[in-house]
Amino acid sequence: MPTLPPAARSRVALGLTAAAALGRFELQQCRDCGTVQYPPREACQQCLSARLDWKPQSTGGELLSDTVLHHSNDLFFRERLPWRLGLVKLDCGPTVVAHLHERVAQAPGRVVVAAKLDRAGQAVLVALPDKEANMAEDRQLREFTCDPKFRKVLVTDGKTALGQAIVKALAAAGADLIWVGHSEPWKKFAGFDELKAIPQVTLLPLDVTDSKNVKEVAAEIGGKVDILVNNAEYHRTHSISSRYGVDTARAEMDVNYFGLLRLAQEFGPAMRGRGADGLASAVAWVNVLSIYALANFPPHGTFSASKAAAHSLSQCLRAEMRPAGVRVIHAFPGPIDDEWNQLLPPPKVTPTALSGAIVKALREGVEDLYPGDVAQEWLARWRDNPKALEKELST
Amino acid sequence: MSALTQLAEGLVKGKIKVVDLTETLSPEFPYISLPPEMGQAWPFRIEEVSHYDDRGPAWYWNNFSCGEHTGTHFDAPIHWVSGKDLPNNSVDTIQPERFIGPAFVVDCSKESAANPDFLLTKPYLLDWEKKHGKISPRSWVLMRTDWSKKSGDPEAYQNYDETGQHTPGPDTDAVRFLVEDRDIVGFGTESIGTDAGQAYHLRPPYPCHYYMHGAGRYGLQCLKNLDQLPPTGAIVVAAPLKIRNGSGSPLRVLALVESK
Repeated sequence: MPTLPPAARSRVALGLTAAAALGRFELQQCRDCGTVQYPPREACQQCLSARLDWKPQSTGGELLSDTVLHHSNDLFFRERLPWRLGLVKLDCGPTVVAHLHERVAQAPGRVVVAAKLDRAGQAVLVALPDKEANMAEDRQLREFTCDPKFRKVLVTDGKTALGQAIVKALAAAGADLIWVGHSEPWKKFAGFDELKAIPQVTLLPLDVTDSKNVKEVAAEIGGKVDILVNNAEYHRTHSISSRYGVDTARAEMDVNYFGLLRLAQEFGPAMRGRGADGLASAVAWVNVLSIYALANFPPHGTFSASKAAAHSLSQCLRAEMRPAGVRVIHAFPGPIDDEWNQLLPPPKVTPTALSGAIVKALREGVEDLYPGDVAQEWLARWRDNPKALEKELST
Repeated sequence: MSALTQLAEGLVKGKIKVVDLTETLSPEFPYISLPPEMGQAWPFRIEEVSHYDDRGPAWYWNNFSCGEHTGTHFDAPIHWVSGKDLPNNSVDTIQPERFIGPAFVVDCSKESAANPDFLLTKPYLLDWEKKHGKISPRSWVLMRTDWSKKSGDPEAYQNYDETGQHTPGPDTDAVRFLVEDRDIVGFGTESIGTDAGQAYHLRPPYPCHYYMHGAGRYGLQCLKNLDQLPPTGAIVVAAPLKIRNGSGSPLRVLALVESK
């Protein structure tokens, strides 16, 4: 097991993590006097009001001072010395200690501050250069992100348009090697030749409903996979009453839920064991879920249920991968623009947009992503009032 | 000496060989897959229950699941709409004596190697009878194509292209001739399906399913080792699982062959 940065947080401090998981920068702001404060506390440091809200804040700031750490008693940082830190006066008020990107010039100077999840899954503040810079190759930043550059990736299903878009996006992002699974290998699928022509790609027969096959593939490549993207999906458009019998629902569960369980049991241990395997370690596991995992969409009722089950299981996976520092990323897309959503009106997420969002999440270290207008809108409604969303969806 | 004593002696002394005509059930073995909007048969899947471990210290066993039409399997008349109202049309109600019968093995291996869409015709059968004798009533007719030799390579075995599957099978006249003029008990093939891969385009679609099952006859598919059988003289034993109202089942198909 690798060393991890300090993981303990108070419940109040988890507010920073909750926002960072979505790629947002939020700090506590007092509803009474308007003061923005950091670190998180139970009461406003200015007026002692307990009415504190987590609000998005401007990310700009002034680097007041910077230093390089050459000694630490913390095991995680001890292994990674020297380590650069700085003091940043945020435009929104508070002064914070932040990890410093190597391209940030010595103080004073302008920086952009972001809340990133560290290997322990907790939010920390990172100061980045305020101009475009190569984010992927910074040694310190790579501790907070899961950039596919230089990494080896498994995409579990290359037969769908989404799978192919993910592979292309990963290749463009500089992934070293991409294994691409395809079930029923006797059926040549649309896009097969194009996929095969990508130099980083190796196609391999993978059927997540076949335990033996998953075990064999994991034995073959499990010790090499840095990022696993599980996009294998079975999607039929049925409610309880529109399709008699359990066969379709069972097939959905077999791929969407049990498929994930099989992958997690076979690939999980190897990836956990490589959580700190040098610079190219196992870093992330992406599950393509659905916004329907949050609330059942009755016209696709059995599919929604299978995605809710997968979401729940993936939370378990997240807990089990956390000690190894491997991030489990949940993608909750709205309806994807594919044949199984043919009867749904736009807006729909295109495979290209969704794959771009997944790569972006890996690069930026986001844990939960909700790509597409429908997903964003549902998320807002669900966070506001889950019961109201359920009622709205049932009419 | 009674016939059964003779049989027993033949088996013990090795004068009668038992040829296994069955493919091994495994998750890799190719299975039928229909267009995605239709209901799908489960492929063969297997999960370990215990393996002399904490889940069961002294024993090893598995759970498996599959559709009735998986691997080497038997088709009962109730499988097809044309046979749905016949008496004794499901695997549990077929009279057991129908599971054992003489086999007539029609070698189409050369033709199938040259043309994966090869169709066995009535003239081909009549020509075969000229060489090997008339096909007798209540017998199995097995179409030898050597297709089973491809079964280790799922892609070649399924043989799909944009227009669908390309595997050999009988044409409509051949099926009607075997049922109506020769009164056979069933028809067996080495590929997935007793019908040819492109049989959807025949009239009626899937004639072997349509006429065999419509006349209360049976089907065997995914057979192997047909090249080890003589054209005539073998006995086939093909008893499916006794599934209530079952439309078919995977099974072990054996052939008894007399040594020269």
